[in-house]
Amino acid sequence: MSTEKGLNITLKVWRQKNAQAKGQLDTYEMKDVSPNNSFLEMLDILNDDLINQGDNPVAFDHDCREGICGACSLHINGEPHGPGRNVTTCQLHMREFQDGETIYIEPFRAKAFPVIKDLIVDRSALDRIQHAGGYISVNTSGNTQDANAIPIEKENADKAFDAATCIGCGACVAACKNASASLFVSAKVSQFALLPQGQVEAKDRVLNMVKQAEAEGFGPCSNTGACEIECPKGISIENIARMNREFLSASLTK
Amino acid sequence: MSMENSKTSIFKKVLMALSGLFLLIFLLQHFIINFLSVINPDAFNDVSHFMGTNPLIQFIMQPILMLGVVLHLVMGVVIEQRNRAARPIKYAYNKPDKNSSWMSRNMIITGVMVILFLGLHFYDFWLPEIKTKFIDGDFSGKLAGAEGYRYFTELQHKFMSPVRIIIYCLAFVFLALHLLHGFQSAFQTVGLNHNKYTPTIKKIGNLYAVLIPLGFIFIAVFHFINASH
Ligand code: HEM
Ligand code: SF4
Ligand code: FES
Repeated sequence: MSTEKGLNITLKVWRQKNAQAKGQLDTYEMKDVSPNNSFLEMLDILNDDLINQGDNPVAFDHDCREGICGACSLHINGEPHGPGRNVTTCQLHMREFQDGETIYIEPFRAKAFPVIKDLIVDRSALDRIQHAGGYISVNTSGNTQDANAIPIEKENADKAFDAATCIGCGACVAACKNASASLFVSAKVSQFALLPQGQVEAKDRVLNMVKQAEAEGFGPCSNTGACEIECPKGISIENIARMNREFLSASLTK
Repeated sequence: MSMENSKTSIFKKVLMALSGLFLLIFLLQHFIINFLSVINPDAFNDVSHFMGTNPLIQFIMQPILMLGVVLHLVMGVVIEQRNRAARPIKYAYNKPDKNSSWMSRNMIITGVMVILFLGLHFYDFWLPEIKTKFIDGDFSGKLAGAEGYRYFTELQHKFMSPVRIIIYCLAFVFLALHLLHGFQSAFQTVGLNHNKYTPTIKKIGNLYAVLIPLGFIFIAVFHFINASH
């Protein structure tokens, strides 16, 4: 395939046996890595080597490997999903790195994201925030109204769609100095707040989701904007302002 | 509003933002009055006397201002504790500069520097005023035997010490850093973010954050140089 020169890299990988173990950064040398490998393929190769040597492979999350499921994570060289913009780790390629580079790989760090093993963290806190209100209740009686029958202003439809592209990866939390889930929550609030179908449960939704996020241990928002820079889906912090607006107006009556 | 809602960080941050915005208005007013001392000392004296003796300002606006500072400070400390608690284990290798400004990440540092300065400021100007007015009972605004008001002379006197000037200038550098993030952040916190207005708010915020502290520094240096001649 490619004739590009392979990369020699040093990996510093967070290894941690289980949730209780202390964990440390271990060093691995990788020779002749193809620049066309995705980051996860590079880790697959490392794991093949480790298994062949009789060592434990590095545990990391992944599923679709095409940037749509939100399963992959990793804090790579000081940034969630690595140095790329608008990409998940599975869509990050080794050509983004230099020959001879040292690459630090750590799990997403947050009180609400406890480490399960190595680079895998428990992100079910995000699911519980969704359960607290990130839905609309519809009767599935067989004669549900066609959503397209309700006219929606183009701008709002686009913004709702943009918000709905959040894949729940948690990079916003990982990037935030306060491990705040505000970008995630605000995307999930906004995708409904902008649509007529979302109005019925709007107040309870925002109040319950915000409170659930705090109960899970995510921090407050300092408006640093780190989340929107690192978000693989380019979700805008405009959504956080909308969430705050929704929260304040709901607070007046609830 | 239920108690539950007011316990959230969003609510606390809105209080910070509102008190911050109030402080921004206060600071602008304070700057304009101080600037009078450069262009027209008599006017500065008159306005100072008005501000120092008008009951509306003394007993309504001043307590509100105090409350605003205390609220902002207390909420800032509470929020900072929550900020820290949310990430007990730090990254071994982190590159926050790639995604956010130093100012946005260090509001507590720049804020605490400002409150330390405010302590000195109170000691310098506010406590003597309180003593003169409410302990000595002297509301005349004049020094014994003097003709005009004392405020301008007192101001000049305070700005004679080079150490004071350096501390004063440093404090305003920290305030500038605080406001470079804080001004636009306050709008975002209260939910005002719109592609039509936000770019303008950010521009005005940057102008305010640079020009107002620079203006205060100018006033201090101006009086220092004048006094040493
Ligand atoms: C008394 C000393 C001060 C302290 C300790 C302090 C502390 C803080 C902190 C910690 C924040 C950020 C909270 C966060 O987002 O994590 C903040 C925000 C802010 N501060 Fe201050 N500050 C002080 C003085 C001032 C002054 C004098 C002004 C205005 C003249 C001001 C204006 C603001 C504004 C506008 C914000 C933005 C609020 C927001 O992010 O929503 N602060 N302050
Ligand atoms: S807002 Fe972006 S970074 Fe946060 S969970 Fe959604 S997709 Fe991931
Ligand atoms: S593995 Fe699905 S988004 Fe990366």
